[in-house]
Amino acid sequence: MRFSEIESRLRSFRAGIAGAGGLGSNCAVSLARSGVGTLVIADFDKIEPANLNRQYYFADQAGMYKTDALKANIQRINRAVNVIVHTLKLDERNIPEIFAGCDIIVEAFDSSDMKQMLIETIQMRMPGIPVVTGSGLAGYGKNEAIRSRKIDDTLYVCGDESTTADDDHPPMAPRVSIVANMQANLVIEILLMKKQAGQS
Amino acid sequence: MKILLNNREEIFEEDPLNVARMIELKKFSFRMRIIKINGALIPKDKYETSMIRDGDNVQMLYLMSGG
Repeated sequence: MRFSEIESRLRSFRAGIAGAGGLGSNCAVSLARSGVGTLVIADFDKIEPANLNRQYYFADQAGMYKTDALKANIQRINRAVNVIVHTLKLDERNIPEIFAGCDIIVEAFDSSDMKQMLIETIQMRMPGIPVVTGSGLAGYGKNEAIRSRKIDDTLYVCGDESTTADDDHPPMAPRVSIVANMQANLVIEILLMKKQAGQS
Repeated sequence: MKILLNNREEIFEEDPLNVARMIELKKFSFRMRIIKINGALIPKDKYETSMIRDGDNVQMLYLMSGG
């Protein structure tokens, strides 16, 4: 398939991105460059200088809400993408509303509690909607440990599934971006296997 | 009983056993995980009451912090 055809097929889809940190910002940018038509991005946080070691923001955006900054950055890359942002903290109640109509959802949180909450909520309350989660991306090196795995048709994981971020294993741009882009790569693969939205 | 745990065969003396007991027997240490039995998600508040039976397909995914 030529890129023009890939782009035109991806235009009909809507992808949700839960969290606009290292995973979410990098994943969203790759999906936007690829031409996914609508991105629904939710995050409550503001950009701090310490985020710039891995997140797709710029030093002059410190202090801005990540949602607003990411929308601005995506629009500088691809004006054709419809970016819908929600500046709030996702929870069991608002997740089904915020991501209603999404064909797929990317789990892009930092904390493992939030990852679990999001996956459980989507699997219970939005049956059939695939979730692509990121698990195990802290530190540097160990390229060979990073992988992608399908649990079933509605749950996929990217990462090494073993390293936890802490003071001695900080999340850094290379591994975080690798996993974020594996998530984006998987999203595109899953979407292109679906029938186009609006077609029977 | 014999089950599939992450696509590998596992034998347990007890049959049936609940999810919490399986986690204990296997000495699974990480706190945050997703568990599915035959494709159905078992939420964390149901680990004591959800039973694993002979022939079940159990999937477990660890959720590591960082993003």
